[in-house]
Amino acid sequence: MGEVIVVTSGKGGVGKTTTVANIGAGLAGLGHKVCLVDADIGLRNLDVVLGLENRIVYDITDVTAENCRLKQALIRDKRFNELLLLPAAQTKDKTAVSPEEMIKLCNELKEEFEFVIIDCPAGIELGFKNAVAGAESSIVLTTPEVSAVRDADRIIGLLEASEIFSPQLIINRLRPKMVRAGDMMGIEDIIDILAVDLLGVIPEDDQIVVTTNKGEPVVRDPRSMSGQAFRNTVKRLKGEEIPYMDLDESGFLTRLRKIFNRK
Amino acid sequence: MLDFLAKIFNKDSSSSSNVAKERLQLVLVHDRSSISPELLQVLKTELIEVITNYMEIEEESLEVNLDNKDEQVALVANIPVKKMKRMNKSLSGS
Ligand SMILES: Nc1ncnc2c1ncn2[C@@H]1O[C@H](COP(=O)(O)OP(=O)(O)OP(=O)(O)O)[C@@H](O)[C@H]1O
Ligand SMILES: [Mg+2]
Repeated sequence: MGEVIVVTSGKGGVGKTTTVANIGAGLAGLGHKVCLVDADIGLRNLDVVLGLENRIVYDITDVTAENCRLKQALIRDKRFNELLLLPAAQTKDKTAVSPEEMIKLCNELKEEFEFVIIDCPAGIELGFKNAVAGAESSIVLTTPEVSAVRDADRIIGLLEASEIFSPQLIINRLRPKMVRAGDMMGIEDIIDILAVDLLGVIPEDDQIVVTTNKGEPVVRDPRSMSGQAFRNTVKRLKGEEIPYMDLDESGFLTRLRKIFNRK
Repeated sequence: MLDFLAKIFNKDSSSSSNVAKERLQLVLVHDRSSISPELLQVLKTELIEVITNYMEIEEESLEVNLDNKDEQVALVANIPVKKMKRMNKSLSGS
């Protein structure tokens, strides 16, 4: 029996879809059976981030309305053994699916997959309620900004109200240089405020934009900083203890290391 | 120069990240202080239990609320006392 994890943030645009795609691809790359569910009905995105947009026939609302069987709606990502996507509907709205239908759907999926990861829409309305209905654990995403952290705090409260306890936090778009200069909240500041467990820290990285342009998750890019950060995050999600890497390329320690490594 | 050093060691309390953290902590006190009616009722019942050990109160007109004022959140209780009990027990309790 698999685990159903919802990725959520409250505030929009902080990187939920990017994170779902990369954690999914990362887990599948390690040989796990993974199904990604795009619960952002009306604003389908996960398909393009994964580069699967041309292969969609059915979507989540076809499954819940029983226009097709669940298996027919799942799109297999051929780059991996077992990474499948259940796409959102693009021309319907959030009311096309109910929390009860989501629970049923998630129960069916976790029979089949080790990890079922749900991409939650922004906000706290029905879309959020649908996305969390069938989940038993959660990843909360924030960026180091006042508004995003505030919304994350609200979401943590709402998750608790839905009996999803101890969420794991990912801090996205961290800019180490700004943190060092005292112009951005750091990891400790955010953990201190939200008082939750940290799962990962993803730096701001142009390579995310480049790989997303191509529909190729950055977690598969061996050289980029954010790719490494996502690989570490995936291992932590599996329960491994992975130390946090030094994200600051121009930081004193990294510079020193570079000097000594140079022959 | 000192400012510069302070920035390096991240101790400058006026740095924008510290301002951000302080503002967040404050705003979250308010955000988190919305207490559900059920929880408030439980709190009231338990308060009454404790207080009646010491005095007789008008339970019906007991008021308990969380008060938001710009910099602080306070638990404000208005508890009309009818009668004080005679304290037979010594304060040390034993
Ligand atoms: N670490 C990062 N570095 C650079 N760009 C990033 C990073 N994370 C996300 N982005 C970019 O930010 C944008 C928003 O990301 P994404 O779509 O994943 O957010 P979202 O939370 O799913 O948004 P929505 O709330 O609209 O669903 C995208 O263009 C993405 O490429
Ligand atoms: Mg999204």
